Amino acid sequence: MGFENFGKVSFTAETKASDFVTYLEQGKVMATKCRKCGAVSFPPKMDCPSCFESSVDWIEVKAPGKLATYTVVTYGPTGFEDDAPYTLGLVDYGDFKVFGRICRDIPTNEIKVGMTVRAVATKLPDNHIAYEFVKA
Amino acid sequence: MPDVAIVGAGQTAFTRKSGMALREMCFDAYKEAMEGLDLTNKTIDASILCSAPEYDKQRSPAGSVSEYLEFTPAPAFYIESVCSSSSMGLRVAWSMIEAGLHKVVAVIGVQKMSELSSRDAAERMGRGGDIIWESPFGLTMPAGYGMYARGHMAQHGTTSEQLAKIRVKAAFYGAKNPKATYRKEVSLQEVLTSETVADPLKRFDCCANADGASCIILVKGDIARSVCKVPIWVVGLGAATDTMTMSGRTLLSGLKCAQAAAAEAYKMAKVTSADIDVAEVHDCFTIAELMAYEDLGFAKPGQGVRLIEEKQTYADGKIPVNVDGGLLSKGHPIGATGGSQIRTIVRQLRGQATEAQVKDPEIGLVHNIGGIGQYANVTILKR
Repeated sequence: MGFENFGKVSFTAETKASDFVTYLEQGKVMATKCRKCGAVSFPPKMDCPSCFESSVDWIEVKAPGKLATYTVVTYGPTGFEDDAPYTLGLVDYGDFKVFGRICRDIPTNEIKVGMTVRAVATKLPDNHIAYEFVKA
Repeated sequence: MPDVAIVGAGQTAFTRKSGMALREMCFDAYKEAMEGLDLTNKTIDASILCSAPEYDKQRSPAGSVSEYLEFTPAPAFYIESVCSSSSMGLRVAWSMIEAGLHKVVAVIGVQKMSELSSRDAAERMGRGGDIIWESPFGLTMPAGYGMYARGHMAQHGTTSEQLAKIRVKAAFYGAKNPKATYRKEVSLQEVLTSETVADPLKRFDCCANADGASCIILVKGDIARSVCKVPIWVVGLGAATDTMTMSGRTLLSGLKCAQAAAAEAYKMAKVTSADIDVAEVHDCFTIAELMAYEDLGFAKPGQGVRLIEEKQTYADGKIPVNVDGGLLSKGHPIGATGGSQIRTIVRQLRGQATEAQVKDPEIGLVHNIGGIGQYANVTILKR
């Protein structure tokens, strides 16, 4: 499966980071780590402009993070019309933040800034795949 | 010593649907900007067109506008930084004049958003974020600013009612502005009960898509007084960026790029926030105006709400902000917005803002943001 299946609507078919989707298939959400300087990146980044290194190690985003902010989107743009309402969240892992959807199983009134969540892979309709945040 | 002046500033009325081609809207803005100037289309020796792509079909619009306004063979440039495109255009014009390459430059901002449906426009703006990692989740502009609103609320205890008061102010002045898209006053209750777009932002917390154009004429200082009666001097310029991704943001209750751009502009102009007599800030959403109060130093972080609660940002307050209706009521034709903000400050400094003139302002500021805080331009102007 390629990157064209990432998220509800993918706008990019090709990227050197397409292994991210392969890992999602295995149930893993991954970040990258530069093999030369050790900088950790989320979103994954296959090139390091600080040391001009283009080889990375994939590391799993396993530990729980804290919800830094969120919004419930009621008006979906083209491609997402039938998806709304959906909740977007930004989760702080200390060294980096991860942007994504908050799982629909969490009632909106239980979503709070500061709550502990973790990112898990989730299958979407039409063979698409993504990750979402669930309660840790 | 300032060496670049604005001699003319114009705009079309901002409307839901202009019924005009891009170039025709540009003509109307250009015509108003050139009113009373001792200049002709043949003395414009460079033009800069500013817009966001994918709203209309014209590829390379700088050329078609240059031809229509009969600037050819003068060189034409195209500048894009989404919603701050025309402030960035002004920065480029300033640089070209300072460098001695050109003496008279027209900065034209334009957008025809009515060529797209509301949902399609929301999708284009969503792709003003990171298309690989964030747009696939359904990111939109209101969603991004909704996250900042939630961040500000979590950090400082800000309420929806305080945000709504910013829209009440915008609508109060929008009703007086013949160039505004939305010309009705709204009550606090109407704002608070309007439907949610991206929680906690409601429909009235959001600006309207619009069609429109703006035009600013800049000249080398030595000819400024010979082409117009009251030149307005560009004394401070600041520009900065932040990450395209929301995940790259380190602050969620203010825009770091706006803070950096403001610091640079104040330093260049040798002024502080206390010296600003009138300001135009980028209120694409109510939360954006509140963050601007704090990012520009008009209030300390978390204290911006007091300015609106005490009506200090109304025309007779301590620091009048967006007394032309702002993006919220005037409308926000992406590429045209910065030029329209500059036009308002030029009119204020010249004492020509008949709809809501601030008392005798000398120094004005324009804060223009691109995307969800990806680009920031702060421009300081002086009479």
